Amino acid sequence: MHEIGIASSILECVAAEKRRHPGARVQSVGVRIGALSNVDKDALDFAFEALTRDTDLESLKLEVEWRPWRQKCLSCSEEYDVQNMDVTCPKCASNSSTCIGGTELDIAYLELEEQPCANP
Amino acid sequence: MRESVEKKVLSENDRLAGELRQRYRDQNILCVNLISSPGSGKTALLEKTLASFKTGRPVAVLTGDLQTDNDARRLAKFGFPVRQIVTGGTCHLDARMVDRHLSEMGFQGPGLLLVENVGNLVCPSSYDLGEAAKIVLLSVTEGEDKPLKYPGIFHRASLMILTKTDLLPHVDFNPELAFENARKIHPDMEYIALSSRSGEGFDQWLNWLDALQQKVQQPAAATNS
Repeated sequence: MHEIGIASSILECVAAEKRRHPGARVQSVGVRIGALSNVDKDALDFAFEALTRDTDLESLKLEVEWRPWRQKCLSCSEEYDVQNMDVTCPKCASNSSTCIGGTELDIAYLELEEQPCANP
Repeated sequence: MRESVEKKVLSENDRLAGELRQRYRDQNILCVNLISSPGSGKTALLEKTLASFKTGRPVAVLTGDLQTDNDARRLAKFGFPVRQIVTGGTCHLDARMVDRHLSEMGFQGPGLLLVENVGNLVCPSSYDLGEAAKIVLLSVTEGEDKPLKYPGIFHRASLMILTKTDLLPHVDFNPELAFENARKIHPDMEYIALSSRSGEGFDQWLNWLDALQQKVQQPAAATNS
């Protein structure tokens, strides 16, 4: 249950970015989460909502791109999504592979809306 | 307007872990991070490990729990510096906690730093503590399919220790199956089966630790000479 910590780190980052764009409204924050990151969708949504409620980020949307666990075979170079928690290469059955995706826990982007300036 | 950020969510922890890793390198410290469910025998493993060490060996222990200093009191009996990290509800140790307690403890390398994480197979796997190796413990009173249920930690751990093997005659646990499941997630993972109670398999663990300490400290020693 570290989703509260994850949500709070995301919001800290949003707040820091917001300071760099004074006057802009942050509509959404896009994050990438890999299958090996141990993040539960419902728990993250819950934490995000709880931490933004009654704040100036209340309308902020969290957009999550879920990434599969991917390995690259060191024998035949096949790149594949891991199925049924088994890293064996589906093409050549080799057990020798390296992880190329699935550990992501990244903030990818912010969607900003420039506010019209009241006093040009 | 879309503004690209491209930043790790845990970038602040990663930055601090990077500093710790540099400190370990500079001071010739081997740090290992022990992770398991509550009750898998992390503290018992450390008790037996500390009991086997010669007095004066440069070793320090950080042990994390949500509450109480029970583990630190258990481990302090062996005469090595031990510090309890009470997380007050946080389900894992992070790099900031380790940094603060290590500094307050004043442990200087060269030596061995044993970190016992909070009992939890999920969250600790996401927080880098700058360690040279994550070690995952699984006891024979748990299920053989735990590696499949918690792939994140078994994927990241360098070593899996099967604990409480003295209980094998009394439980329906198949060690080969547990290891096979772990290897599906992480084919190169090393594996040791032991009992902290009977001492069976314990030499293998101590040898593994010594070998890693030599490996970690050798390049630095070579540069220094």
